[in-house]
Amino acid sequence: MDLFVNIMLGIIIAATPLVFAAIGELVVEKSGVLNLGVEGLMIIGAVAGFSATVETGSFILGILAAIAAGAILAFLFGILTQTLLSNQVATGLALTMFGLGLAALWGQGYSGKSVADFPRLYIPVLSDLPVIGPLLFSQDFLVYVSIGLVIAVAWFLKKTRGGLIIRAIGENHDAAHTIGYPVVRYRFYTLLFGGACAGLGGAYLSLVQTPIWVENMTAGRGWIALALVVFAAWRPGRALLGAYLFGGITILQFHSQGFGINIEPQLLAMLPYLATILVLVLISRDKLKVRLNAPASLARPFYATT
Amino acid sequence: MTRYSFVSWFMRTVAVLAIIFGAAGAQAQKTKVGFVYVGPVGDHGWSYQHHQGLLAVKKEFGDKVETTHVENISEGPDAERVIQQLAQSGHDIIFTTSFGFMNPTLKVARRFPNIKFEHATGFKRTKNLATYNIRYYEGRYVAGVIAGKMTKTNTIGYIASFPIPEVVMGINAAYLGAKSVNPNIKFKIIWVSTWFDPGKEADASKALYDQGADVLFQHTDSPAAMKLAEQKGIRAIGQASDMKAFGPNAQLTALVNNWAPYYVSRVKSVMDGTWKSTDTWGGIGANMLTVAPWGENVPPEVAKIAEKARDDIASGKFHPFTGPLNKQDGTQFLKEGEVISDRDLSGMNFYVEGIEGSLPK
Repeated sequence: MDLFVNIMLGIIIAATPLVFAAIGELVVEKSGVLNLGVEGLMIIGAVAGFSATVETGSFILGILAAIAAGAILAFLFGILTQTLLSNQVATGLALTMFGLGLAALWGQGYSGKSVADFPRLYIPVLSDLPVIGPLLFSQDFLVYVSIGLVIAVAWFLKKTRGGLIIRAIGENHDAAHTIGYPVVRYRFYTLLFGGACAGLGGAYLSLVQTPIWVENMTAGRGWIALALVVFAAWRPGRALLGAYLFGGITILQFHSQGFGINIEPQLLAMLPYLATILVLVLISRDKLKVRLNAPASLARPFYATT
Repeated sequence: MTRYSFVSWFMRTVAVLAIIFGAAGAQAQKTKVGFVYVGPVGDHGWSYQHHQGLLAVKKEFGDKVETTHVENISEGPDAERVIQQLAQSGHDIIFTTSFGFMNPTLKVARRFPNIKFEHATGFKRTKNLATYNIRYYEGRYVAGVIAGKMTKTNTIGYIASFPIPEVVMGINAAYLGAKSVNPNIKFKIIWVSTWFDPGKEADASKALYDQGADVLFQHTDSPAAMKLAEQKGIRAIGQASDMKAFGPNAQLTALVNNWAPYYVSRVKSVMDGTWKSTDTWGGIGANMLTVAPWGENVPPEVAKIAEKARDDIASGKFHPFTGPLNKQDGTQFLKEGEVISDRDLSGMNFYVEGIEGSLPK
């Protein structure tokens, strides 16, 4: 039973950075913007969070720094793609490169430094319950934030006026513009949100999952988050599920190896990607469903003619 | 082409252009030395140690050399482009420092017969392509001795990257070292299929810890495992660099790759015109591998046993792979007193008897 709990805890830790980055990018894409720079936003969040925590000794300030750094970099992306109308794909790729390089520069003095253990929630009695205590009531607060964020985004996109406007802009920005919605302004909002989330995901990596700073430590997680958004068919709940599935397969394959179960690790390492492709094939079979979910204006530049 | 490889390709191209334009203004008399790293210089592991070698070359020869390094080069077609560009921009000797650079280096070496190439950890050589490597397994045996003495659960966790002979012989050597002092030792091995992914390395370390391992070995490049050991209050063996900063209480010892003397001597031979294509495989005895000082947590009597193993290996008195030794399936590999040949060692593709689980193909 202890082992089960430990495996579950491992899955939660592995999945949380992906949840943050994916839910942020999901909102961005819902508004019709494709930001391929998630990897760059995550790494900048990782280094900002880590360096600020080292300097101030405060996790809260570290997390705020990560959020701010991600949002600032995403703002830059907004200026380039929304104001100056540069190509979103190319700019996103450039943002990743820029982020990785800037983070390496920023983090030069910080490798080898260490931060304290990230605090975990403790509620007397509840946290001491077997199994559900450690799983539900003893996580670090960012895990609760990540899940709360997914629920909030799902509710916001579906039930609120703001969410409706964002979706409308993502579907057809010309029509939304015609009836008077400020397309570019809303897209800046979603980009800032997406950047903040990706930065937070990066900080989770460098403060909780493996509390160190080394260059390139995101190791492709930003790209996985991008794949998760498509995997989820732009639905918040499914993005959460996808992130946990992805983390789950990774952790389970490590444990099965530790137990000496004879499955080729290459095959297991491939599984999450295989699952993504499989889901993509399955959802693309239903053309209508894809059209209903995928934002029709995704990655198309918007230029207000009138 | 995936998005990621496109990005890395683009980055490489930019890096290479920078090299070409940077080289245009350089003077001709200097010996130009190029390095290609697979990871970032700041990985505090594999590439970091190679970079220490570059710095030693700079320090030794000062104005007489000009060094270039290109970091973060993925193993594959990108590598060939980068090596080619280094060759075209007038480098006299180029060190490529990852196993996966073997074929790209070979291809480029054929095109530039007047330039010297050196490939770390590979086995393909030509007139202008030398190879060099470190006998890491010697250090792993010594670390295994310490781990076998220090473990309380008799379970050692091992984070492995890819099932190539280099990694397999390391696992075997560590196991034999541990077994020599602790007959009840058990190895749990997790293959993470990457050289560098701190998140994954930490996840694998946690899985090993959850399954009862209290000493961690790693054959991956980031200090994530050391950090996790420190957090959980268990022990770990540092890899490639001294990782004490990440695990002041956790690190029992570290295997530190010491490339500097080799690089200095090879660059010198290029300057003297005495360079030859050679196959170098140095270990503790040749000072290419240092076993970092024992951690404060290692009691003197354990340190004594480990030091004896280290010194015997360094002097050549003892080889970690000495018979009698059986393969995992029980077939005899080495007879009583027989010592493994370098050829068998560099092609090792099986676990020795006693290790559980199957080796991935």
